[in-house]
Amino acid sequence: MSTDFPSEPSRRGALKCLAFGGAGTLFVLAGGVLAPIDLALAAGGRSSSAKTGVPLFLQISDTHIGFNKDANPDVAGTLKQTIEFVNAMPTKPALTIHTGDITHLSKPAEFDLADQLLSRLNVTELHTTPGEHDVTDGPGAEYFSRFGKASDNRGYYSFDHQGVHFISLVNVMHFKPNGLGGLGDDQLAWLAADLKGRSSSTPIAVFAHMPMWTIYEPWGWGTGDGDQAFSHLRRFGSVTVLNGHIHQIVSKVEGAITFHTARSTAYPQPTAGNGAGPMPLKVSSEQLPKMLGVTSVDIVRHPLALSLTDTTLA
Amino acid sequence: MSRIKLGRDLVAPLAFAALFAMGLLIAVSAADSAAAQAQTPNTVVIKNFMFMPMAVTVKAGTTVTWKNLDGEPHTVVNDVGLFRSTALDQNDSYKFKFEKPGVYKVFCGIHPNMKETIIVQ
Repeated sequence: MSTDFPSEPSRRGALKCLAFGGAGTLFVLAGGVLAPIDLALAAGGRSSSAKTGVPLFLQISDTHIGFNKDANPDVAGTLKQTIEFVNAMPTKPALTIHTGDITHLSKPAEFDLADQLLSRLNVTELHTTPGEHDVTDGPGAEYFSRFGKASDNRGYYSFDHQGVHFISLVNVMHFKPNGLGGLGDDQLAWLAADLKGRSSSTPIAVFAHMPMWTIYEPWGWGTGDGDQAFSHLRRFGSVTVLNGHIHQIVSKVEGAITFHTARSTAYPQPTAGNGAGPMPLKVSSEQLPKMLGVTSVDIVRHPLALSLTDTTLA
Repeated sequence: MSRIKLGRDLVAPLAFAALFAMGLLIAVSAADSAAAQAQTPNTVVIKNFMFMPMAVTVKAGTTVTWKNLDGEPHTVVNDVGLFRSTALDQNDSYKFKFEKPGVYKVFCGIHPNMKETIIVQ
């Protein structure tokens, strides 16, 4: 696989990064494996996957429309910057995946503003999975009235795009007693049925809001029954698992499974265990754009794999 | 801890009973001070990702008020679905009246590792 985490950006790339406030992650499929690429770097032509890959999808996460506290009084502004950044990309993927916390308080007006902003993205399809901030009003409410159609109001669904099987899971409706996210038996049964009969060579991209593996249990950063989902996913040659929730990038590779959490476009959060809880982290206005971002994914055909790029707004 | 709270809770109904039964001025001031003392166990403050106190004991018929002091929103959700607040932004409050005795488990729907227990007698 060719996971690409550019750690030594060129001066040009770095300057290009500085020009933007906060972006996302671009994913490239290479050798059947997805890898993230820093978006600003990809735009600067620095990333090898950006050179060889076909843009597959863009991941935006944790836009938290409605948040207005010190950590970022203008979350609509940083989302707009992100969208402008994506729209300026030379080759744009056909899909955007929003991995949840679209809104801060699940309010209709917040969803309206998010819709209005996201509709400016020059990307054909928008897919979503809810974050816990989107469903504070419970199942079947505001989020589902807007995004429930694709899934018959369950929230979880799958689709195929460019040979990749995409699975959107919901792990914010059945919390475990220890505070970890949960999928629930119905969803796990659905997942088993969805994957049954699929060739193990099909690249799989799974997205959910909370991390699908345990990053930090005291803050609930994990999915209690995630292992049951992976028991159905392990036979596949390339599985990429994308989450948001923790407002910072944490990645790991385990066998053929690549795990990756995206930055927020709204505000950063502390690293695991650093402070009273996962609350908005107040940083200087110069520092903030460097901690916001998007992820994009490309497909690289030889060998078939996905590669991810993370981009900050600055 | 819970014994002290229980003691305070018993004072309030008695004081209120005295107020309504006798209507004496002296009872009014006694009720006021008893009510002020009794208010603490009926109020839960949410701060630094914690319900404080984490265990509350009240009499059946008591209304408990939760107030979020964090800059991050929290919700007040009963684990068996008896009640569920909307997302409480900073300084927002939520109230629920506990009619029946029992042990009620509460968590935050946004940060489910935040938990507390309300014991209604």
